[in-house]
Amino acid sequence: MSLFGEVPQAIPVAVFKLSNDFKDDPNPMKVNLGVGAYRTDEGQPWVLPVVKKVEKIIVADNSLNHEYLPILGLPEFRSSASKIALGEDSPAIQENRVGAVQCLGGTGALKMGAEFLRRWYNGNDNMKTPVYVSAPTWENHNSVFANAGFEDVRPYKYWDAEKRGLDLAGFLGDLETAPKHSIFVLHACAHNPTGTDPTHVEWMQVAEVMKRRKLFVFFDSAYQGFASGCLDKDAWAVRYFVTQGFEMFCAQSFSKNFGLYNERVGNLTIVARDADNVRRVLSQMEKIVRVTWSNPPSQGARLVAITLNTAELFAEWKDNVKTMADRVLSMRASLQAKLQALGTPGTWGHITQQIGMFSFTGLNPKQVEYMIKERSIYLMASGRINMCGLTTKNIDYVAKSIHETVVNVQ
Amino acid sequence: MLTAFSVILRLDSTMSLLKYCKVISSIGTFSPSLGVLSTRNSSWWGGVQMGPPDPILGVSEAFKRDTSPKKMNLGVGAYRDDHGKPFVLDCVRKAEALISSKQLDKEYLAIGGLGDFTKSCAQLALGADSEVLKSGRNITVQTISGTGSLCIGANFLSRFHSASRDVYLPKPSWGNHTPIFRDAGMQLKAYRYYDPSTCGFDFSGALDDISKMPEKSVIMLHACAHNPTGVDPKPEQWKEIADLVKKRDLLVFFDMAYQGFASGDIDRDAWAVRHFIEQGHNIVLSQSFAKNMGLYGERVGGFTVVCNDAEEAKRVESQLKILIRPIYSNPPMNGARIAAAILNTPDLYKIWLEEVHGMANRIIKMREQLAVNLKNEGSTHNWQHVIDQIGMFCFTGLKPEQVERLTKEFSVYMTKDGRISMAGVTSGNVGYLAHGIHTVTK
Repeated sequence: MSLFGEVPQAIPVAVFKLSNDFKDDPNPMKVNLGVGAYRTDEGQPWVLPVVKKVEKIIVADNSLNHEYLPILGLPEFRSSASKIALGEDSPAIQENRVGAVQCLGGTGALKMGAEFLRRWYNGNDNMKTPVYVSAPTWENHNSVFANAGFEDVRPYKYWDAEKRGLDLAGFLGDLETAPKHSIFVLHACAHNPTGTDPTHVEWMQVAEVMKRRKLFVFFDSAYQGFASGCLDKDAWAVRYFVTQGFEMFCAQSFSKNFGLYNERVGNLTIVARDADNVRRVLSQMEKIVRVTWSNPPSQGARLVAITLNTAELFAEWKDNVKTMADRVLSMRASLQAKLQALGTPGTWGHITQQIGMFSFTGLNPKQVEYMIKERSIYLMASGRINMCGLTTKNIDYVAKSIHETVVNVQ
Repeated sequence: MLTAFSVILRLDSTMSLLKYCKVISSIGTFSPSLGVLSTRNSSWWGGVQMGPPDPILGVSEAFKRDTSPKKMNLGVGAYRDDHGKPFVLDCVRKAEALISSKQLDKEYLAIGGLGDFTKSCAQLALGADSEVLKSGRNITVQTISGTGSLCIGANFLSRFHSASRDVYLPKPSWGNHTPIFRDAGMQLKAYRYYDPSTCGFDFSGALDDISKMPEKSVIMLHACAHNPTGVDPKPEQWKEIADLVKKRDLLVFFDMAYQGFASGDIDRDAWAVRHFIEQGHNIVLSQSFAKNMGLYGERVGGFTVVCNDAEEAKRVESQLKILIRPIYSNPPMNGARIAAAILNTPDLYKIWLEEVHGMANRIIKMREQLAVNLKNEGSTHNWQHVIDQIGMFCFTGLKPEQVERLTKEFSVYMTKDGRISMAGVTSGNVGYLAHGIHTVTK
């Protein structure tokens, strides 16, 4: 008799299962449009040139060791990472009311924020505060908040499947009817999975309702730089909310924009009323960190800190980011052009209107299954494709396959 | 006005009063972007209290602020060489050079971590010839060092060990064990372990307490180099404990953070873990490579569940992944790659064994020197336990007031429970330390 005899087999995490299935597929034409990682035009992972440079610097520096970082992480990483999100000249930074916690990737930052909110927001240990995530959203958002103890994780209207764009009225409507103090997880840019972001005017409307109804702002910023190719442009929403006086959290990931996926580099930026509030919040964050991972991993944070704090390296990094964003933009343009040329039924303007790594194609589950089974083109059941999986070599095959699928499968 | 009064009434310290005055005097310029008087009341976080500093890591922070040239940090368990400097192992540098030359990518690891690492991590603990490994009935996942491993373990038990909420920790145990298990929703209990009258193991007390533990309770055992006391059971005592634990049908959770550090011998230090498994205990095990590979900040660890068979191990693995994903998705690569290179490259492995042996030996030597110096100071106390205790830590027996004096008068930083990290002692400062200890205990 085992103590674990009753442990059921859990369903695998969809996106990782997709990658596994892709790996096992013998078809030489196979294309992986699943997991969100950048690929070069050769379909290869890309270690950023600036990262290689900084790694050499680190290896050569004998004064560096592997000692524990402070609980909240590497100070020079935390402050420079927050600057990236909020801007060099952010009033909040100047007013000394910004704090940060270095975390294990964007997931870790969301986790820390969620754990803190459950303990200290809207009362103490209030599990009943509603947490709103966009419909659809990155699937892990649900688990992060649920596992932090929140009992009521709900969707807010976001994606309009019919018009293949933002359901602004629905979004604003849910903001108006959400119980006061509800937490809203907002995608700072390059919405995952739809690639559909509110315009500036639309963000302003969202902010107005959130301020009036005292809703908590929790930004998830995983693609800064990746959306437009410009860091500042991609941070517009976050910075706008700061100017509106919100106290808020922003979970930052450096997985994509630095290509540091497996080093788990993330930052939870905290904007509060004043320095005293930041201080107390950080002291409680330490307690949560201590029972989860004690202190964060040093390699990735060091890398990012050196890059952000060295002028030439910072410039080179921005250039590398633009390279990635530009390739994605060109694949978008190319895919749309090919589908139009093929006369594929339906409208495909959303492919170039959407932004960032992902595109919500609009393919339904049956069509997705067809793509996978008949064409060995792997994408999420939601119809989400990772534009980075497209290359000049496979884009014809993918376009033709989408065409065939849409024509033959309803 | 009402706001101002309630602010005054809420003040609980002079510091807050001063801050309040500063706020009032600069009301117009305080927060131009907000344009309102900023008080705790108008923030979401007004009710957030200042958290106390971490009892262990807080010591290092206090140490950093001290300006005395003679200061000693004997708080956190991080190894130092005889010059008091952090020590980067040679095998680690070699592994890094090897890895650097391979120009590997940075793609996400699997949720359970780097396969080359988890396999060799399990092998290190269980032994290469372990029947468990051969039958594939263990699941080992890469974790964020020891803390991350305990966090995953505690939450796994909380979720799937429905038979009991009780976790029995030895008295005393590593300070962070309690909040980790509590945060996971477990109930903390204790069993007698350290005997302050002998500064040794309270064997009969431990057996007595274990015999009374309700069936299926979780018992936490430190595999070797007990933290904070440095007091380990002898093999014959471990055997009796194993028997009794089996009779009581308890779930064994081993915490092994110092394999190699206790005796200097990897296999000797894993003896208890291997014995329990041989006796049929399906244990859960946390491992850390922070100390024995000096990979502290890289966060390298493992969590193992020994199951009945490979099929059960697969089910458990799937649930561990479900647990891990919403915490940090997948673990960091750098440290795991280094550890895997060392464990899987014979030349590097050999160097590592020597270096671990060297670190353990230096600590043993410092123990001896401390005892000798205390005697030379003229101390009449019995300091035999300084030599008998094993691993990085020494439970000096100092009381909190004595610890406070040692810190205030000699700038010697340690935890309030009287624990010192021998790793922070050098041939250059052991005399000073002995003098300080003697002064506060005579």
